[in-house]
Amino acid sequence: MTDASVNVAAGETLLAVDGISLRFGGVTALNDVSFDIKRGEIRAIIGPNGAGKTSMLNVINGFYHPQRGAIRFRGQNLTRMNPGFAARNGIARTFQNVALFRGMTTLDNLMTGRALKMNRGLFWQLLRHGPAMDEEIEHRRVVEDIIDFLEIEAIRRVPVGRLPYGLQKRVELGRALAMEPELLLLDEPMTGMNLEEKEDMCRFILEVNGQFGTTIALIEHDMGVVMDLSNRVVVLDYGRKIADDVPAAVKQDAAVIAAYLGVAG
Amino acid sequence: MLEGDVADRDTFPKLLARNARRFGARPAFRHKDRGIWHSWSWAEVEREVRAYALGLSRLGLRRGDAFAILGNNRPKLYWSFAAAQWLGAVPVPLYADAIADEVGYVLAHAEARLAAVQDQEQVDKVISVSARVPRLGRLLYDEPRGLRDYDHTQLVSIDDVIADGRRALAEDPTLDAWLDAELAKGKGDDVCVILYTSGTTGRPKGVEIGSGRAIGAAVNSVAFDRLNERDEVLAYLPLAWAGDHYLTYAQSFVAGFCVSCPESPETVQENLREIGPTYYFGPPRVFETMLTATTVRIADASALKRALYRYFIGIARRYGERILNRERVPFWPRLQYAIGRLLVYEPLKNALGFSRVRVAYTAGEAIGPDLFSFYRSLGMNLKQFYGQTEAFILLTSQTDRDVRPDTVGPVIADVEVRISDDGEVLYKSASQFLGYLKDAERTAEAMTADGYVKTGDAGFFDAAGHLHIIDRAKDVGRLRNGALFAPKYIENKLKFFPNIREAVAFGDGQDFVTCFLNIDLTAVADWAERNGVTYGSYQELAGHDRVIELLAEHVRAVNRDLAAETATAAAQIRRFLVLHKELDADDGELTRTQKVRRRFIAERYAKLVDGLYGTSKTVDIATEVMFEDGRKGTISARVKIYDLASGEAPAELAAA
Repeated sequence: MTDASVNVAAGETLLAVDGISLRFGGVTALNDVSFDIKRGEIRAIIGPNGAGKTSMLNVINGFYHPQRGAIRFRGQNLTRMNPGFAARNGIARTFQNVALFRGMTTLDNLMTGRALKMNRGLFWQLLRHGPAMDEEIEHRRVVEDIIDFLEIEAIRRVPVGRLPYGLQKRVELGRALAMEPELLLLDEPMTGMNLEEKEDMCRFILEVNGQFGTTIALIEHDMGVVMDLSNRVVVLDYGRKIADDVPAAVKQDAAVIAAYLGVAG
Repeated sequence: MLEGDVADRDTFPKLLARNARRFGARPAFRHKDRGIWHSWSWAEVEREVRAYALGLSRLGLRRGDAFAILGNNRPKLYWSFAAAQWLGAVPVPLYADAIADEVGYVLAHAEARLAAVQDQEQVDKVISVSARVPRLGRLLYDEPRGLRDYDHTQLVSIDDVIADGRRALAEDPTLDAWLDAELAKGKGDDVCVILYTSGTTGRPKGVEIGSGRAIGAAVNSVAFDRLNERDEVLAYLPLAWAGDHYLTYAQSFVAGFCVSCPESPETVQENLREIGPTYYFGPPRVFETMLTATTVRIADASALKRALYRYFIGIARRYGERILNRERVPFWPRLQYAIGRLLVYEPLKNALGFSRVRVAYTAGEAIGPDLFSFYRSLGMNLKQFYGQTEAFILLTSQTDRDVRPDTVGPVIADVEVRISDDGEVLYKSASQFLGYLKDAERTAEAMTADGYVKTGDAGFFDAAGHLHIIDRAKDVGRLRNGALFAPKYIENKLKFFPNIREAVAFGDGQDFVTCFLNIDLTAVADWAERNGVTYGSYQELAGHDRVIELLAEHVRAVNRDLAAETATAAAQIRRFLVLHKELDADDGELTRTQKVRRRFIAERYAKLVDGLYGTSKTVDIATEVMFEDGRKGTISARVKIYDLASGEAPAELAAA
């Protein structure tokens, strides 16, 4: 990955956060955090528990509104992002605790990922005929490609509530991919997985990035995964950014070792 | 009938050409992709295979070259066989789950010229061993996913090879005649395929099968079961296994029936239901897994459904097989059976994908009589055959309505079977192999002085002329007191319990019998859930005291069975243990066809065997395991030994 990190880092900025501060009452979740995400890179956000990683993702996709700071997305300055704008403009995400429709099948969950791309009105959708049917077939084709890509053919018709956790995580990734995102935010995609599932997930993330050129920002606790996957790493600790560099450099950083790796290792 | 028609069809590509003329519009192959079943008619398959053969020859494949095929059941891999045979090259299929080292051995031994593989995983394996195969040219692949960043001077997709052949045909019409001439050059004594046997000892051997012989055998068996072009099969068995090559490839080319390939190995059960095959083969293990899954699901069903199931399965057990065999059954049970069909048997068969099955077979290992009878009692025409790769492959086969669970049926046409003085089954067959590739020594070892082939199995014929197989000839042993010890017989009895996935019995030259058990994760995990047993891993579950006690009950039941017969009474199990890991083909503990390699296991777990014949209650062991990518790791565990004599009335065992 080192060769890739060199040329990606020189590329164009897709999203930048600038001086973000986020408080909940007296608690400061994020304190003056700035970093950028280049187009086409895999960007990791790491840090100890409570460092503000998930808050950062929530700021990026507009779920939280920071008290200070700005977000620039595709060169457009936004003082506040909101989830609808984020979704319509190609930012998709998965959640730390899987957030799928548990009673619906894998296939239906993936189809909901296409909801924003359905153009026919409710009337036509209800009729499920003519142009609405053509549209659905087209969306189904995209979803089937994702099913094939993620190797989840066997669970196409299974309600996701019945699936083991590792597979639910995979389905959630699938739903995010169904949006054909430009920027994919992954919140701890590997938690609760065994070694084989982790390896599969790493492969999928690399393939999404390599094959479709999707930019990825991910939060992850497994250091091995972070070091293998990412082009650049941001390290947060108590809401502050303490390091921002390529994985090899972050690993050597004294502040990072003190805050995080030293404890973990 | 077919016979006259195939008399001059001595190669599979010639049969393909015949099928394209005779059943041109009928489906030959189906494959589910992206959620949709795609199909190809015989005429389309012939066109594809012609173009494919030409494409292969443009990549340098020549008459006599070996063409390796590695992957799961996919139409283009089956076509790879036919395309290679068209040119007189020899297809060499490999097991999809073989590790790189095994792949390297076979590719090097067969001197593969080209290879067609399924996907990135297989491409990686072949590339990792390519230094051992100097003659290997381009590597063909079916699924492009993940191969974008590979060196494409080495790789080419099967689609591109076919397209290249098609383009060449369009540009130069004389090539059509050249292809026809190549087809005509094929002869009945050509080697049509080399099947590597998984082998319980030593390196795999390349079994050379003759083209005319293979077709002759398939013609016989197709007539035997009246298979025709309207039959349907689902191809899910390993391509490299002789059984799949026989049942899927050879028989479909002879009979003209349609072969459906599942979407992925995980969707086989679902695809089985969608296709509804009329002709089916499953090793005993598959039937066992299905029955276990059914039993587990019934246990979770409502009280009414459980009661219905119990009642009507009882009826089926008593009368089902007699009705299937068209014996005389009184009116009232017949009526009950008919109601059972409506309410239980047909819905159950439908859920398993067996609604339309006309002929089904099982073989490879002895099947538990109860398991076998269960499916037959539902009205499914399940039969057993006995055969060998070297015989390609049938030697005996049960006929409709003359089926007994403990035999493998009478000898089939064009085969002669003899039992040697020490009980080994020997045969001569019109379809037997030509020899082992580059191994005259082991070919000679496999034959008797008077030209019979040794099977390595011990067996005998009963009064009705049906063959009984007891065990591997070399595995039948004796206890120190001289009592007979047939390990497989004991293991099969144990394995009939859904909670026991695998059993390995020891006792040859010992004072008493002991065994290793493997839990069946599906069944035991389900039991654990319902009984409030918590666990974090396979190892923890397998070592749980209550699980061991559960299995001890099964062992006691087997002992009661063994005690009932004088011949086996001395072979009751005295001590056993539950293994901390699943026996696995990747670790060499099972063959690729999932048979236990007893000797290997006894050596690998020598410490545990010593423990079984010692006095200690636990044994510590560290085991090296191999992952599919070839990396190694270690599992260590403390394994508990269960002594049936100490907890039980010892008098019972002493008396035996």
